[in-house]
Amino acid sequence: MSEMAAHNAHAHPPGFAHQFEDAAQQKEAGTLGMWAFLVTEILFFGGMFTAYIVYRSLHLPGFIIGSHLLLVKFGATNTAVLICSSLTMALAIRSAQTGKSKGTIIWWLVLTMILGAAFLALKFTFEWRTDYLEHTVPGAFFGFEYRPEWGANAPYVQMFMCFYFFMTGLHALHMVVGLGILTVLVIMTARGKFSSEYYTPLEISGLYWHFVDIVWIFLFPLLYLIGGRYSGS
Amino acid sequence: MSTAIADVHHDPVESNVNYLNASYGIKSWLFTVDHKRIGLMYLAVITFMFTIGGVAATLMRLNLIEPQGALVEPETYNKLFSTHGIIMVFFFLVPSIPATLGNFLIPLMIGARDVAFPKLNLLSWYLFVTGCCFAMFAILSGGVDTGWTFYPPYSSLYSHTPVVIMALGVFIAGFSSILTGVNFVVTIHKMRAPGMTWFRLPLFIWAMYATSLIFILGTPVIAITLFLLGLERLFHVGIFDPAIGGDPLLFQHMFWFYSHPAVYIMILPSMGVVSELITAFSRKKIFGYSFIAFSSLAIAVISFIVWGHHMFVTGQSVYAGLVFSVLSFIVAIPSAIKVFNWTATLYKGSISYEAPMLYALGFIGLFTIGGLTGLFLASLATDVHLNGTYFVVAHFHYIMVGGALMGYLGGIHFWWPKITGRLYPDMWARIAAAVVFIGFNLTFFPQFVVGYWGMPRRYAVYPAEFQFLNIMSSAGASVLAVGYVIPLIYLTWSMRYGPPAGRNPWGAKGLEWTTLSPPPTENFDVPPIVTEDAYNYAHAEASHV
Amino acid sequence: MSDHTEQGAHGHVVPVGVYVAVFLALMCLTALTTGVAYLDLGKWNTVAALTIAVIKMLLVVLFFMHVKYAHGLTKVVIIAGFFWLGIMITLSLSDELTRGWEMNPAGWTSVIPFLHHLFF
Repeated sequence: MSEMAAHNAHAHPPGFAHQFEDAAQQKEAGTLGMWAFLVTEILFFGGMFTAYIVYRSLHLPGFIIGSHLLLVKFGATNTAVLICSSLTMALAIRSAQTGKSKGTIIWWLVLTMILGAAFLALKFTFEWRTDYLEHTVPGAFFGFEYRPEWGANAPYVQMFMCFYFFMTGLHALHMVVGLGILTVLVIMTARGKFSSEYYTPLEISGLYWHFVDIVWIFLFPLLYLIGGRYSGS
Repeated sequence: MSTAIADVHHDPVESNVNYLNASYGIKSWLFTVDHKRIGLMYLAVITFMFTIGGVAATLMRLNLIEPQGALVEPETYNKLFSTHGIIMVFFFLVPSIPATLGNFLIPLMIGARDVAFPKLNLLSWYLFVTGCCFAMFAILSGGVDTGWTFYPPYSSLYSHTPVVIMALGVFIAGFSSILTGVNFVVTIHKMRAPGMTWFRLPLFIWAMYATSLIFILGTPVIAITLFLLGLERLFHVGIFDPAIGGDPLLFQHMFWFYSHPAVYIMILPSMGVVSELITAFSRKKIFGYSFIAFSSLAIAVISFIVWGHHMFVTGQSVYAGLVFSVLSFIVAIPSAIKVFNWTATLYKGSISYEAPMLYALGFIGLFTIGGLTGLFLASLATDVHLNGTYFVVAHFHYIMVGGALMGYLGGIHFWWPKITGRLYPDMWARIAAAVVFIGFNLTFFPQFVVGYWGMPRRYAVYPAEFQFLNIMSSAGASVLAVGYVIPLIYLTWSMRYGPPAGRNPWGAKGLEWTTLSPPPTENFDVPPIVTEDAYNYAHAEASHV
Repeated sequence: MSDHTEQGAHGHVVPVGVYVAVFLALMCLTALTTGVAYLDLGKWNTVAALTIAVIKMLLVVLFFMHVKYAHGLTKVVIIAGFFWLGIMITLSLSDELTRGWEMNPAGWTSVIPFLHHLFF
């Protein structure tokens, strides 16, 4: 018992959890844990990527038609938006690492959130709304309409649009969760929880945010650029 | 040896502050972050779920007493076998040892105060309970009739049962198991006590590590698969729908990518337990420590490349079938290595036959039978005849019940004194183990025979010539049920009236046996330092402490 | 004993210049992949797009996610994740793409003369 009392009397940095021996072990454990979780996310999204690869190999013409229904300018802009948000996130963590003020850290976090929200706004209000109005949202609920110029490939165009909505939808869901996490981080920062000694929640949330960015880095070419755009659409 | 001082007397259970009496009240349990309490809470929930799955099995076996079905309509029977499979796989076997014994023992065995992420541990329990609630709601709404495999297009387009609710329950329970896997991997990597190198770890830890790898790599795939199935069911359009070019076999690929490794999630922890039991009750260092450790990892890795053997007769390409068949033979090798090493450990050991050892010995025999019969199914040509018959049912029950469940029961008994601080009456425990063994074989051995003769699985009715063996199987099931009820009684009794156990009633090696029974909340009075290898039985030791 | 790094609780601080350089590279690569799509390279369009995507991913992983400065264990974990995804894709495709293959109508025994010729 006396050993534990001495242990507790130790000066531990804020945020230190008792099951660990020291702050270094805690940071490594937290980072390894987040990476293990991101591996599960690789396999989670990966299931859909697997299905996508299978059907794209089997029904490429339909997928090309479907891909040409998407608006490259929004896809590319959104890619740029997310890359900016990854930069601001990395700078937020760096501010904590280098002992900058709460205000600085919060500024970078809020900027990241604004960019994330902009991504979602562009996606929902421009892309998805347009798809709905043009009857390219799959399923009878949303009035998917086959167009005569699709010919025999028409069912596979709807299949492609399934992938578009499922994959970008799942990605958007992860973005929303990310915005929630960022909100919590802003609150924690405002309450002074972080310092150059302890910023693990920022670091591991950054890992999550960058991962979501990487998913989009693959979604953009795989959904928007199938078969190239040189035929002039 | 760790720094514990050898006790001359038994530590009376009531006098020390331990994790059970450190705080009282329901809130101290529902908001606990103590891995030992969380393990017990899991034990309570999965015991309940086991009962539900067992009720479904009971009704099935009662129905199969007569060739035309003695109890239920075929539609109801479909719901019974589906419920039995879903509950037993996802809500009992997958969490069983990891969430109960794994949670309780891993920090103790490696000399840590708790797991790496205690709050995440509690969250995983709440998620599991939530998943169970969804599953129970689906059952009370009539149950699903798709089989535990949820194959589309039946499950997506045609079934009029609460598929989405049940799939949601499985999804949430799966997420719970992912968090458990993450917690265990980080704990084992980062929180071992000084001196506890990888090759001094108990083999149970190696088994739990390998299991956690499967949790992390496999579970997300069934999650996305069920998610996509749910979307298809809700929006009447999806990627498995043949009308838009979808392939129902793709669902099967994605489903089995998880569900085959899942069966190794169910057996690996049990193998870890058996390693502990065999060495403790032979009072002998385990034979081939590295072989057993690496075979656990090999099983985890190879388990991911064999899933197509569930699809030999589905229309899968015969070339893919060839590849999966060869790989499925290879996956048997590490399991066989374990059986050889356990047997070699027994040789010239100082063997005693307490209940845990009876379960371990039963495991070795029954798992071997189950494993060997798996080879008939791995071989493409014989699988064409045996697939979809009771041969398959018997095969996997020999592994899951004769193997995994017996290991689970053996582990519960072995570590019961550590968990509760009490001894259970071993005579009753041995009787129960014998009843389980006899009941099990009576239930499932006839199923190999009727399966070989061609009786299909998942059918409410069968040709009359199979009736005798079906009656034998159902009679065996009733014996097996008695075997499960007996421990419920004496284990519960022992929690109040069992004699105090002391730190190490079995005289076993391992850090968990050096601390008090029940352990204090922070596990060790003095953080241990490890200086010797695992299972360092220098000579046959009598149990003293 | 657990696996500790020498960095302790602080972690490696990446200079702002590196972050900005990576950011600019990512933006250029995005412009590149978009631009290349408008060129007719046939099947190489896909190769180019995926190659660029992989490079972008590596930049994010190594620099923004600090993996360049991380424990070896981190790298093993990441590689394992992608390797397992590769297993799922490869073995699924091994079925989906070979369904249409025709079996040799002469059967497996037709191979024997060839083997005989090979060895004698």
